[in-house]
Amino acid sequence: MKALVAMSGGVDSSVAAALMLDQGYDVIGVTLKQWEGPDGSMPVAGCCTLSDAEDARRVAAQLDVPYYVLDYVEEFTAAVVEPFAQGYLDGLTPNPCIECNRNVRFDALLDRTTELGCDVLVTGHHARIAEDGGVFRLQRAVDGTKDQSYVLHMLDQQALSKVKLPIGEMTKSQVREYASDMGLRTAAKPDSQDICFVTSGDYRDFLRNTHPEVAAPGHVLSTEGDVVGTHPGTAGFTIGQRKGLGVAVGEPRYVTDINPRERTITIGTYEDLLVRECHVVDMRFVHMPPSVGGEVSVKVRYRSEPVDATIEEAGDQWRFVFKVPQARPAPGQTLVMYDGEFVLGGGTIVDGRRHLGNG
Amino acid sequence: MSHTYIDHAATTVIRPCAQEAMERAYADSNANASGLHRPARDAKNALEQAREEAAEMLGASRPLDVVFTSGGTEADNLAVSGVAFPSHRRTVVVSAVEHEAVLHTATSLARFGYTTKTVAVDRSCLVAPERVGALVDTDTALVSVMAANNEIGTIQPVAAIAAAVRAVDPTVPVHTDAVQAFVSEPITVESTGADLISLAAHKFGGPKGVGLLVVNPEVRIDPIIHGGGQEAGRRSGTYNVAGIVGMVAAMREVIETRDRFRSEVGAERDLFEATLVAGHPEAVINGADAPRLVQHSHIHFAGVLAETLLIRLDQAGIAAAAGSACQSGAVEPSHVLKAMGFSDTAAGECVRFTFGWTTEPGEGSDAANRVLAVLGELR
Repeated sequence: MKALVAMSGGVDSSVAAALMLDQGYDVIGVTLKQWEGPDGSMPVAGCCTLSDAEDARRVAAQLDVPYYVLDYVEEFTAAVVEPFAQGYLDGLTPNPCIECNRNVRFDALLDRTTELGCDVLVTGHHARIAEDGGVFRLQRAVDGTKDQSYVLHMLDQQALSKVKLPIGEMTKSQVREYASDMGLRTAAKPDSQDICFVTSGDYRDFLRNTHPEVAAPGHVLSTEGDVVGTHPGTAGFTIGQRKGLGVAVGEPRYVTDINPRERTITIGTYEDLLVRECHVVDMRFVHMPPSVGGEVSVKVRYRSEPVDATIEEAGDQWRFVFKVPQARPAPGQTLVMYDGEFVLGGGTIVDGRRHLGNG
Repeated sequence: MSHTYIDHAATTVIRPCAQEAMERAYADSNANASGLHRPARDAKNALEQAREEAAEMLGASRPLDVVFTSGGTEADNLAVSGVAFPSHRRTVVVSAVEHEAVLHTATSLARFGYTTKTVAVDRSCLVAPERVGALVDTDTALVSVMAANNEIGTIQPVAAIAAAVRAVDPTVPVHTDAVQAFVSEPITVESTGADLISLAAHKFGGPKGVGLLVVNPEVRIDPIIHGGGQEAGRRSGTYNVAGIVGMVAAMREVIETRDRFRSEVGAERDLFEATLVAGHPEAVINGADAPRLVQHSHIHFAGVLAETLLIRLDQAGIAAAAGSACQSGAVEPSHVLKAMGFSDTAAGECVRFTFGWTTEPGEGSDAANRVLAVLGELR
């Protein structure tokens, strides 16, 4: 059996490759080149850099497995970078890592797995895949603090049957200990947090450089519609944002609405931010959709605890009614449904109260 | 399992004669050839002996026409920038399919006010002499067209190109990058008609990190690497005597065995292509309509991603290549194929197989059968 291991140059995928060897697989290591500078070079700062690829290459050499860099720049630019920028211009808060998983990593790369004569695709994500009577289930990682099942919700039965996530059974400290015991150079490498193509660490810099039209100043409105300030461009804001609003008032204010057409953002109190429901499109299910009207727990942000909601159909969208009102989820972000430990599926949040440009 | 190596254009196996010459050079004197003492004189003597031999083999008018460099890329940089800088003219004419060492050097001159004019090629990668002549005018500082294309293997009519340039303006220097051609084509000052010729040792069985530029003494050239004034002020840096001696030993063997290389390696390449096309009729040989280097085979496999094919070939023990690889090793779209009119998709479906001086009888058909087996798995 042959495994294609997506190696980012981090400790998790390094150990994933080593574990597959332990399990008796032949391993091919690959790094996806997703982003490049104007001269075709890989970025030198941020994630997915040349030095990350070199780390992956050196680990592969130490494990004595073949290693290749695959060119996915075109696919990544079209499926991730462009929608990311357009999303912000449309007043959304895109999640590029999910778009990448959906359209590049687990789509193009699964086809590649077969083309390259491999049986399984392996990544270093912290999540588990369990098989139960011919049905594959996506489960939270053993290490709850590192769980990445949220960003893998789009994996369907066919994908799950070909994907292996060996790291999901280990805590992060076990992963590092294993890497250290093996003498892998990535054992103590810090986790990457950044969006790989946003090298400065601030997506606003990226947008200003690639889409100068984001500099479109406008009014900051109160929930009553009064003009209470100005802002440099709606693309720099996210629903729920509290800092950097440039408006000094007594109690904390949050962005409650973004209107790129009118070039306005609206700010209000935390109570103004609360909503009872949200709408979701592009739903993908791990196996079967949950029954309509049923209760699920949902995560509307990567780093937040699941909350209870009921799921309802609403035309070509899905409506989630929260048991307890929630701070308004940012359109463009991802809602993922859980049944306890298990992922049921998820989709992209759209505005539940009115349609935005591409809602 | 050892790899079947069909990537000799990337680099080829070092010739034992070169390796022995280098070992001898290190043993005889490893002194700095610029010193005044006996060990330095010995090193300098070996260096100048090598220079004389190189000049003679390339038909240069005098030994000092040969400038030793760190390789083909530096030779190309020196030819383009070194000639453009002291010129009063501000245009450089290059073909669209030059190696990046010429292309990017030419475009890098834009920041000093130079313009690059690019000559288009046909579907076989061929440069037409009259098209080059048509771009030459009173502002042309240099014309650079390679002797043979490193990807496709297309042999350019450099002598006719040089004549076409001189018909417009006899003072315009002509450079040819002969890095890929030298191993199998009779490259001399006379055969190319060029004022400047670049070579890289490792492409013909010498060591890496050594090359040379032949410079017509009537062409003014400024250094691009400054320092101690070695190479008559045209290229500073301590002499790499052993590397230079190794390169010249390899050159001698290349010239002495070139006829045999052309017939024997050429026969294996032909057998490779015939076997491949017989077993995979969709395969199209790029550049087949034009004169080609005997060791090159550049093939379009419609519907097969080159990146995938190369990885499967590597897994099956066959070392081949696509046009060029970036720093990370990813396969990049080839500017050569684009210039030949290939779509991005078609350009991504081409693989280069290149044979070399270690290619053995039977290797061509054997390699083709192994490639066919991999293609069969991909179906």
